[in-house]
Amino acid sequence: MEEALNLDMIGAGLIIIGAGFGLGKIGSAAMEGIARQPEAAGKIQTAMIIIAALLEGVAFAALFAV
Amino acid sequence: MQKKNVAKFLLACLLMFVSFNSQAFSVKEPQEGGDAKVNTEEEISEYIDHHLADSHYVNFFSDGETGAHYGFSLPVILWDNGLKVFSSGKFHHGEDLAVIDGQHYRLYHSKIYKTDAEGTITYGEDGFPANERPLDFSITKNVLYMLVVSLLMLLVFGGLAKQYKNRSVPKGSGRVLEPLVLYVRDEIAKPNIGKNYRKYTGFLLTVFFFIWILNLLGMTPLGVNVTGNIAVTMALALITFFIVQFSGNKDYWKHIFWMPGVPWPMKIVLAPIEVLGMFTKPFALMIRLFANMTAGHVIIMTLLGLIVVFQNWIAGPAFFGFTIFISIIELLVAFLQAYIFTLLSALYIGMAVEEHDHHHPADNEDIPVL
Repeated sequence: MEEALNLDMIGAGLIIIGAGFGLGKIGSAAMEGIARQPEAAGKIQTAMIIIAALLEGVAFAALFAV
Repeated sequence: MQKKNVAKFLLACLLMFVSFNSQAFSVKEPQEGGDAKVNTEEEISEYIDHHLADSHYVNFFSDGETGAHYGFSLPVILWDNGLKVFSSGKFHHGEDLAVIDGQHYRLYHSKIYKTDAEGTITYGEDGFPANERPLDFSITKNVLYMLVVSLLMLLVFGGLAKQYKNRSVPKGSGRVLEPLVLYVRDEIAKPNIGKNYRKYTGFLLTVFFFIWILNLLGMTPLGVNVTGNIAVTMALALITFFIVQFSGNKDYWKHIFWMPGVPWPMKIVLAPIEVLGMFTKPFALMIRLFANMTAGHVIIMTLLGLIVVFQNWIAGPAFFGFTIFISIIELLVAFLQAYIFTLLSALYIGMAVEEHDHHHPADNEDIPVL
């Protein structure tokens, strides 16, 4: 078990914390945008999903590079 | 008691994670004197590895005590100095050697190796089998499910297309599928590709429904994990890559190799970055779908495995509830990943076919100061 606790895992964890933070920011910004301009909700949602997907790709790459 | 359970939980999570990341086909040394708990955990991680990997059998469930497998064998197609076709039943789940034209084949960790009459596997320095492998074109589990889904789509959508000849309102399954088709056309293809969207809608629709149906099949207990296979997602991403490159117009290539509107030293710096960008886009498509589906399967199976690890009245119902919760999220993810793959493909195609009617200031022109 000691072998498993190497720095790769900690790095992956850090990246996932970062990705989580980023996703939270995207979500909050999108919410704010929709609240300010409800008629643009569809467009904001699409943009949000695209950015979230790109971010998610990074997080998964980190997870699988371990 | 509480603390011990938390520690056990973390240990189990870590074990799952480590075993998942370690090479599925590495040689496992038999553990001496390991207690029963460790064996259960090993068994679960092995089970998960097996589920994630492609296989020459369709195995619905196995009896752990008798070792009996319930499922069916699939055809094995090998190219090894000539075409060799036989049933994977000859391997008896890796217990027997298949002898074809005097050549012995052994199924070892779901891969076929050429061996001598005793079935000896020699290991290289890296710990992987060094035996020669024939070219394997077998109809494996993943290939079978892809064929089934293709056939299903051909029948359903073919029938749907025929219906429109006689009536404007579809009936039956078309009532569910028509809004989805229209959604892909009007919300994904039209706004992202522009005026030539009709040319690419066929591809986008195919890829959307192919990924979505396969993702949904992955949620059934049939043991399907096709979109969680990196070879499958790579093939899908490659199709997008080639469509983007071949439909790229003059402006697209100009923006890659000689970016307009920036000072010339920047053009030299930007060209390699843009060329790299050509490849990273489909690469991200490949990784995203593969990682999402694999992660979803691992989470669900790990949570189910934890029930077996803990074996008490608190953890059982709790992890059962968790599994249902994650399964519902996975249903959403199944749709979302199909949607994102299609949307990003449309975006990339849109970037390639976009017509720049706006005027870039040429190099010798003065940039107007507003």
